[in-house]
Amino acid sequence: MLVKNDIYARIILLCAIVLMSACGDESWNNPYQAADADKNILYNAFVERPKHLDPAQSYSSNEIQLTAQIYEPPLQYHYLKQPYVLVPLTASRMPAVSYFNKDGYRLSDNARVADIAYTVYEISIKPGIYFQPHPAFAVDEQDEFLFHNLSDKETTKIYQLSDFPHMSTRELTAKDYVFQIKRLAHPKLHSPIFELMADYIQGLREFATTLEKVVDEKPEDNFYLDLNKFPLDGVQVVDDYTYHVKIKGKYPQFIFWLTMPFFAPIPWEAERFYSQQKLIEKNITLDWFPVGTGAYMLTENNPNQIMVLDRNPNFHGESYPTEGMPGDVINGLLDDAGKPLPFIEKIIYSRERESIPRWNKFLQGYYDASGIGSDSFDQAVQLIGQGEATVTDTMLAQGIRLEAAIAPSTYYMGFNMLDPVVGGISERARESAKKLRQAISIAVDYEEFISIFANGRGVPAHGPISPGVPGHREGEAGINPVVYDWKDGRAQRKSIESARTLLAEAGYPDGIDSSTGAPLVLYFDVTARSSEDKSMLDWMRKQFQKLNIQLVVRSTDYNRFQDKIRKGNAQIFEWGWNADYPDPENFLFLLYGPQRKVGNNGENAANYDNEEYNQLFEQMKNMRNNAERQQIIDRMIDILRHDAPWLWGYHPRIYGLYHSWYKNVKPNRMAHNTVKYHKIDAALRQQRRQEWNKPVLWPLVLVLIVATLGLIPAFMAYRRRERGVALGLSRHDS
Amino acid sequence: MLRYIIRRLLYAIPILVGVNLITFTLFFVINTPDDMARMNLGVKYVTPAAIEKWKQERGYDKPLLVNYDENGLSKFTSTIFFEKSLAMFVFDFGRADDGRDIAYEIKTRMVPSLAIALPVFILGLLAYITFALLMVFFRATYIDLWGVVICVALMSISSLFYIIGGQFLIGKLWHLVPISGYAGGVDMGKFLLLPVIIGVISSAGANTRWYRTIFLEEMGKEYVRTARAKGLPESLILFKHVLKNAMIPILTGVVVIIPLLFLGSLISESFFGIPGLGSYTIEAINSQDFAIVRAMVFLGSMLYIVGLVLTDISYTLVDPRIRLE
Repeated sequence: MLVKNDIYARIILLCAIVLMSACGDESWNNPYQAADADKNILYNAFVERPKHLDPAQSYSSNEIQLTAQIYEPPLQYHYLKQPYVLVPLTASRMPAVSYFNKDGYRLSDNARVADIAYTVYEISIKPGIYFQPHPAFAVDEQDEFLFHNLSDKETTKIYQLSDFPHMSTRELTAKDYVFQIKRLAHPKLHSPIFELMADYIQGLREFATTLEKVVDEKPEDNFYLDLNKFPLDGVQVVDDYTYHVKIKGKYPQFIFWLTMPFFAPIPWEAERFYSQQKLIEKNITLDWFPVGTGAYMLTENNPNQIMVLDRNPNFHGESYPTEGMPGDVINGLLDDAGKPLPFIEKIIYSRERESIPRWNKFLQGYYDASGIGSDSFDQAVQLIGQGEATVTDTMLAQGIRLEAAIAPSTYYMGFNMLDPVVGGISERARESAKKLRQAISIAVDYEEFISIFANGRGVPAHGPISPGVPGHREGEAGINPVVYDWKDGRAQRKSIESARTLLAEAGYPDGIDSSTGAPLVLYFDVTARSSEDKSMLDWMRKQFQKLNIQLVVRSTDYNRFQDKIRKGNAQIFEWGWNADYPDPENFLFLLYGPQRKVGNNGENAANYDNEEYNQLFEQMKNMRNNAERQQIIDRMIDILRHDAPWLWGYHPRIYGLYHSWYKNVKPNRMAHNTVKYHKIDAALRQQRRQEWNKPVLWPLVLVLIVATLGLIPAFMAYRRRERGVALGLSRHDS
Repeated sequence: MLRYIIRRLLYAIPILVGVNLITFTLFFVINTPDDMARMNLGVKYVTPAAIEKWKQERGYDKPLLVNYDENGLSKFTSTIFFEKSLAMFVFDFGRADDGRDIAYEIKTRMVPSLAIALPVFILGLLAYITFALLMVFFRATYIDLWGVVICVALMSISSLFYIIGGQFLIGKLWHLVPISGYAGGVDMGKFLLLPVIIGVISSAGANTRWYRTIFLEEMGKEYVRTARAKGLPESLILFKHVLKNAMIPILTGVVVIIPLLFLGSLISESFFGIPGLGSYTIEAINSQDFAIVRAMVFLGSMLYIVGLVLTDISYTLVDPRIRLE
């Protein structure tokens, strides 16, 4: 018995030692390495694995959060200034823009668009910028590249870039920018902007045809297409630090493209290095391992688990902005003015597919920032007024703050203008359909929609242009008079009675087709919805029911939905647009006639085509932002509001939550290379993590006690049964 | 036995061809090659020319099953089905639509999947059999009664509830383990503890009851009565004789899933941030990546066939009366 007691005592002692040993400083639930606890690292999460990191191919918002930190196009958006302002990044100054006529004579800046045959952008970059360390640049004593012709043996132990024994760098030159522009036409890369750029960059389409022919003649997989051997008329290297881009006609929006990674430099050495079949077989490609000059470089790429960006030791240096907006000083956003960038040494993005663990880890301090899902919205945010929001007291107690910004996006409901009911065929039918669309525009209450389905995170749209983009008007001047009245200093949706009047004028009094006597039935095409979206569709049906219109929801998968839109078979549909750049042209072209989906494969999903609007668009798109342009935009929007090809829907407001140790954060929905401005107080974070994550041990003790108490009677019963005798025998004995 | 195994493996070929054909048909009923191209090229600024180019480069510009422009055998070989399917039989899975090597991806993601699935499988099996035997040992007592009640209660709760509840209690409230995440090497333990515990508990109810039923059936057999008559202790009867004789139904359900452990678990890996294979197929379906879908379905069906063959072999190990001819 003593021996057994001794064993029990030892077990209890062992448990106590284990529990006590865990009572150190380190939190048990820390998902990161203990040694990194007080390091200057930014921890963030990502949901979708990036598909492309090659700047010629990457075009998704989840990819640009990585590529924008690595690649440096010549220009960038000013971090603090609003509305958006372009400033040089690697460029030594803003590009010089020159216009030329068809004879090659230079024209004045105010030349008529019709006279301009081509535009030349002269871009000069700063000297002394170097690429990140990379094996593609490594050379031997004879200046021969060490890793451009790898043998089977040499690649045996290579699984990632860090496995290469030598790395090197070289200075960034204008050739690298020209090389990347050529890559947009590479037949194997399928750059998403090739078709668009081929319409503007002189000779790009012909260049692509030449490359295709070359590739067709060399079908083998390991063929290296040396772009340097093929000249491209529209892009010229002037000297080591200057290059020209020749644009057909006038395309002032081109300058915005110069802020995107599509126009970042790629060294030819990298392309040559990554073209080796042995490396491709190991997924070591430019699409997976970027080579840039930016503040950070990708050092670990495991898109299923973790993406790590380390500070680029060769970064050319940049300073925190010294100017901003009036409120920036009070908000501490200029405290670091003039200080060298970046502040953060390392960024760790962990893949977190589910919102619940992502949110809980943010609350524990293991992610420095978080978005807000609908399931955690009430826990995080409280609305305090008209569209105003702040964090809840619980968040405030943790030092969490909210940053909000209206995205340069729009979510709308479109009418297919080729549809006989909502678009109209004859002149009379078109007029009738217009009134029908106007009536529906009034009836569908987007204020209510935003409140119910977006937790207030949106601004009702009065037109296609998002707030913050030139051309958008605020206040009374900016309201849609077809849908709203200006009363008591704010826009108020017109009464449903006025919508019914319009409906009657359209030939559908009380929702009945006056010509046939049949109830009006409209069809809403949506992509296959989850059960969660059912309430949204029910709500939409009720909006139409206000006018006694029956709305039939036609749900289909995304492929069929797109097919319907392309062929013009949808009647009413939902769609959205994220602007590529902050110019009204990038919104207004969505309703430009020649951009129709049907027949032209453009982006105008409503197939809207208004002659006056089209003419004004052509005039407006090449203008500078001035009063004259605003006047034209006002007229264009007025046409749109009265024609109502869309229910204007809403512009989403994006909320982000940030811990107290995460500083210098100002939402900028156009700039993506912003991590270099951010700052982390790692000591404060570590302190908070320890406070918030002390292990609670009593449940473990409780489990042990319950298990022991449960086992004792079981053990006794076992002993009794094993020692007992058969029942019959026992009776006999007794 | 060797002849039997070879014959079974040869039977697998038409099965795999059939599975491949069904996968192919189902996939292309929903997605056309044009849809796949659009999905890859993005929604903005995509032209028909770009779509054609994408299809041509990846071999999706050919007819699906029959090429009427060709003659002879080429009618069937110069098709998407033939060209995409043939290579898989030599385990050349090719590249995903984003250009990455599928075999490499499977190899990389298999390890984290196994890191959860294997402990859950082994610990679960040991726990369920032990609990089932104990319940049989204490049959008709309060332990058995409450054991069954607890099993039914465990069965009635969704596995998602265990995951969310476990993360909330153990990770969020008590701060005992990380809520989610994964690391290789020695750090793996702290990340796997919670998913493994939850994995074992979430299946405990159904499996324990199932094994209890099997053991109870064995308990009524004559050899048990003989053993008791010979005076063998009850524990010895259960853990030696009954367990051994109940192995056939146990192996039928267990061995077949061993090869499938490589494929991981969608929900568990997704919630615990495990970079395994669990979500690989579903992500591929969402991104319309046929190359991955067909590779994973092929691998899944192949592993299932291997599991069935292993099950047959395992019968011979536990029951010498069984011969594979």
